Amino acid sequence: MGRDPQPDAEFMMRDTTSHPPAYTPQYKTSVLRSPRLALISLQHSLSEVTAPVFRAEELGPKDNDLILNYAKDGLPVGERIVVHGYVHDQLGRPVRNALVEVWQCNASGRYRHKKDQYIGALDPNFGGCGRMLTDENGYYAYRTIKPGPYPWRNRVNDWRPAHIHYAISGDGWVQRLITQMYFEGDPLIRSCPILGVAPSEEQIRGLIALQDISAFVQLDSRAYRFDIVLRGHRATLFENRVQGGSDTTAAKGGAQ
Amino acid sequence: MSGTEQHRHGLEGPYAAPGGSSLVVRRETASQTAGPYVHIGLAPQQAGFDIFENDFGNVLVSPETRGERIRIEGRVFDGIGTVLKDVLIEIWQANGEGRYAHPADRQAGKSLDPHFRGWGRACTDFESGLYFFDTIKPGAVEGRNGRTMAPHINAWIVARGINIGLNTRIYFSDEAAANAKDPVINLIEWESRRKTLVAERTDRKSEGGAAVYRFDIRLQGEDETVFFDV
Repeated sequence: MGRDPQPDAEFMMRDTTSHPPAYTPQYKTSVLRSPRLALISLQHSLSEVTAPVFRAEELGPKDNDLILNYAKDGLPVGERIVVHGYVHDQLGRPVRNALVEVWQCNASGRYRHKKDQYIGALDPNFGGCGRMLTDENGYYAYRTIKPGPYPWRNRVNDWRPAHIHYAISGDGWVQRLITQMYFEGDPLIRSCPILGVAPSEEQIRGLIALQDISAFVQLDSRAYRFDIVLRGHRATLFENRVQGGSDTTAAKGGAQ
Repeated sequence: MSGTEQHRHGLEGPYAAPGGSSLVVRRETASQTAGPYVHIGLAPQQAGFDIFENDFGNVLVSPETRGERIRIEGRVFDGIGTVLKDVLIEIWQANGEGRYAHPADRQAGKSLDPHFRGWGRACTDFESGLYFFDTIKPGAVEGRNGRTMAPHINAWIVARGINIGLNTRIYFSDEAAANAKDPVINLIEWESRRKTLVAERTDRKSEGGAAVYRFDIRLQGEDETVFFDV
């Protein structure tokens, strides 16, 4: 796209058809945790267009290497993989210096978490979390063990497909996104009630990482590619910006 | 590649421009729940292990930070009043002068505080359900069209069962006059709901001597917290 966004530019209105609704009875836990009243829509102020800025020195050198960042007396068990991709905004611009945090279970489907009681074994050499900042091109990469599938209490035979959780913090508070990445070809994808709440096939496809042979580490690791799209800035032509100026637009402000 | 599905705007069929619209806006990646084990990635010590040298946490202040020390604490309730113990909350706020530590904030006459970023995350306790943040009270920030916003903290709530993060704001009970003029509070046409955004200043002090504000969040049902579509 041509023009660079102004640093204080507002973001485009969120397209709610890109996301699951709050209330999704097939994912039972959502029933009592979903607001029943309409959200109040806000035009953006500085509170929405700003966000925390992270510095590389806040992260450790192994923070994006889940194979080594918890290794105690050996290497973790499982399939070695690299996951990489780009964080862009809706207009295709790279989101630079975005904080990408990931977490997952181990190859047995067990989380290193005091509340996880699954019979799958813990791996003494695997923690299951990592984090990194995107570079100038919005690119990120990390190395890990492919997570296993596991059963969970929703219906009695529901299984989660293998997945990695993501939390992404971009330029603006309203870009904050939490999601999950799945793996191409996993037969459990079709029946997962959590992935099933995504609003369309197109949006489900957007959560599935593709095997990326071009990025395989020869004689070492396979690779998966997963790109992420965050909210885009919008043009604010002939409008007051989020700071400065007086109210000169005669907008119809009332609810209809 | 995944995540790059292009969503074309504009007219389709006989009314479309010759050659189709050149306006291409991608769809935002779909949100998914944080799940029950969100602590592993975002607060590993609460999951039960140590891995990073530098954990992001719920203390936003250092001894050098300028401003009035406050603690915000509370609990999160579901639609039948159950205290939820697996919730993660992040906050983002301006400094004591009302300036955000971000390049887009160019408000005149307000300085940055090198000892305050204004961002933190907290988890509700597995036993008590309480969360808390140790921070400073933010100053007022200029809002749209020059209208001042009352001091407030932005909050984002995720958990198992929440499909897309919930955005709300924390205002302060001892700022009643500023709150009454706040352009965002006044957008809420149901006046009875506005109080759900106001943290109540208590008589208690934290162990560090900070004034304690109480801010409970109700995801659903009676006195449901106002959440924003931002």
